[in-house]
Amino acid sequence: MSAGSVVVVGGGQAGFQTAASLRQEGYAGRVVLVGDRHPPYQRPPLSKAYLTGRVDVAELAFRPGDFYARHRIEVVPGPVTAVDRAGRTVALATGEHLAYEHLVLATGCRARRLGVPGQDLRGVHYLRDVDDASALVEHLGRAERLVVVGAGFIGLEVAAAARQRGAEVTVLEFAPRAMGRAVSACVGDFFIGRHRAAGTRVEVSTGVEALLDDGDGHVRGVRASTGEVLPADLVVVGVGVLPRTDLAEAAGLTVDGGVLVDDHLRSVDDAAVSAVGDCSRFVDSRSGARVRLESVQNAVDQGRCVAARIAGRPFPYTALPWFWTDQLGSKLQIAGLSAGHDRAVLVGDGVGGPFSVYCFAGQRLLAVESVDRPADHMAARRVLGAGGDALAAVTPDTVRREGFRLRDLVAA
Amino acid sequence: MKLTFRRPDGSHGVHDTDPGTSVMEAAVAHGEDGIVAECGGSLMCATCHVYVDPAFSDLLAPPAEDEAEMLTCTAAERRPTSRLSCQLVLTDDLDGLVVEIPEEQV
Ligand SMILES: Cc1cc2nc3c(=O)[nH]c(=O)nc-3n(C[C@H](O)[C@H](O)[C@H](O)COP(=O)(O)OP(=O)(O)OC[C@H]3O[C@@H](n4cnc5c(N)ncnc54)[C@H](O)[C@@H]3O)c2cc1C
Ligand code: FES
Repeated sequence: MSAGSVVVVGGGQAGFQTAASLRQEGYAGRVVLVGDRHPPYQRPPLSKAYLTGRVDVAELAFRPGDFYARHRIEVVPGPVTAVDRAGRTVALATGEHLAYEHLVLATGCRARRLGVPGQDLRGVHYLRDVDDASALVEHLGRAERLVVVGAGFIGLEVAAAARQRGAEVTVLEFAPRAMGRAVSACVGDFFIGRHRAAGTRVEVSTGVEALLDDGDGHVRGVRASTGEVLPADLVVVGVGVLPRTDLAEAAGLTVDGGVLVDDHLRSVDDAAVSAVGDCSRFVDSRSGARVRLESVQNAVDQGRCVAARIAGRPFPYTALPWFWTDQLGSKLQIAGLSAGHDRAVLVGDGVGGPFSVYCFAGQRLLAVESVDRPADHMAARRVLGAGGDALAAVTPDTVRREGFRLRDLVAA
Repeated sequence: MKLTFRRPDGSHGVHDTDPGTSVMEAAVAHGEDGIVAECGGSLMCATCHVYVDPAFSDLLAPPAEDEAEMLTCTAAERRPTSRLSCQLVLTDDLDGLVVEIPEEQV
């Protein structure tokens, strides 16, 4: 063990934030960020502006190169191959060992494989990191027919970018809805409509049985569960992610769909180990449910929370979840978690234009999904974040009232 | 060209920047920690809030509707001079621009 040193495993959004916040909080010990061969970078543009060529790799970096030295953050190449909790050290692939007083796991996720014949053919892409994105950009330029498997956020963002680049695009979704787990039915349907209006074919309740070989090891098409064969020279699979928990498991930490942590984001087994971001499964302070979230907000706020604790200013994790996606010029912003809502009230210009959907469980507001209504989103973050009377005042009846604007409640 | 940040503690950061970058990008590049920019300039987070020195107000195009809406409910109070710095792209005529960083972004 080493007094006064933090090792952060993973130089993504959560790992970067943890390291940066440690210094902002005045932590004086050693901070080592174990990253990969790229300086820490943002992922959201990878399925958006990066695919349409509006940003380049250098612009993805969170901070300029000299930031780390200036803040005494040692960025070392990984991966971490093992954790010795008894000895409080981690082993690196280089053979080196690093001692820690606090270990922060920020290992993120890997893309879930499709699990059908032909999934390893050339021309079949996944999108999780900048190397995936660079490979995809190269092929998108040449592709005429793209099939996207999975109408989740990433699949739909890729479909939008490919459409904007002129490819013929089909999206196949196994579930009856787009972005099913994360949004209400009206928002999912709105986005399917947007994609169809842009000329993309979207088929829901349609699975994939096989990816077909052109005889040369390259994909030539997709056989859908309906029996139809869709020709394709490029396939992008966006069927979700799995948390990267192998290290934690091997170290004997409890893992169940993510590293299980307490209300301060410490492993339930070992107070010297924390888990933040996409790999962390924590108790949502509002619903009481254990959740694992994949968002910039979650990575950033959890990194801040753990850094503050290590620097001597502990507080339980209670940040309000929020999220965004951007497709075909429509922005969706979500505040709160809609899981478990039993009614959704749409307020705004109807299903064609800007609107917000208020998701309630009984009388209690759980989440607000705003399509091209940023003011509603910002107000929703305030109201949901504050809780108490301000939140209780927002009921299905209030939001249905003529002229209702959430921001008026915040100003009051 | 020159860009000045007035920080919440009263100190100043004066930086050399290039036209074409946004005020947010310049802040991040020069280690102005008071600009958080969680969404990386996607106009989704409002953690890049600044107050523009009134002397420069007339040189800036007014905020687009999206930006104006994102400025509702910022962490620090909204003022008439409030802007989201990721939307302020530097041009030659903004040489010498002064912006104030609010106390809070989140
Ligand atoms: C294409 C794409 C688009 C997205 N768009 C949005 C969006 O619009 N809005 C939004 O809110 N969120 C979006 N997200 C989600 C958001 O980017 C993630 O939630 C966030 O990056 C999670 O941060 P993290 O640090 O937990 O994981 P990551 O950012 O994935 O970082 C984890 C890092 O850990 C490294 N690592 C893993 N194991 C080891 C090891 N053993 N040793 C060393 N390093 C290791 C990995 O290589 C990786 O670099 C998007 C994600 C993707 C992939
Ligand atoms: S950086 Fe997020 S709104 Fe400006």
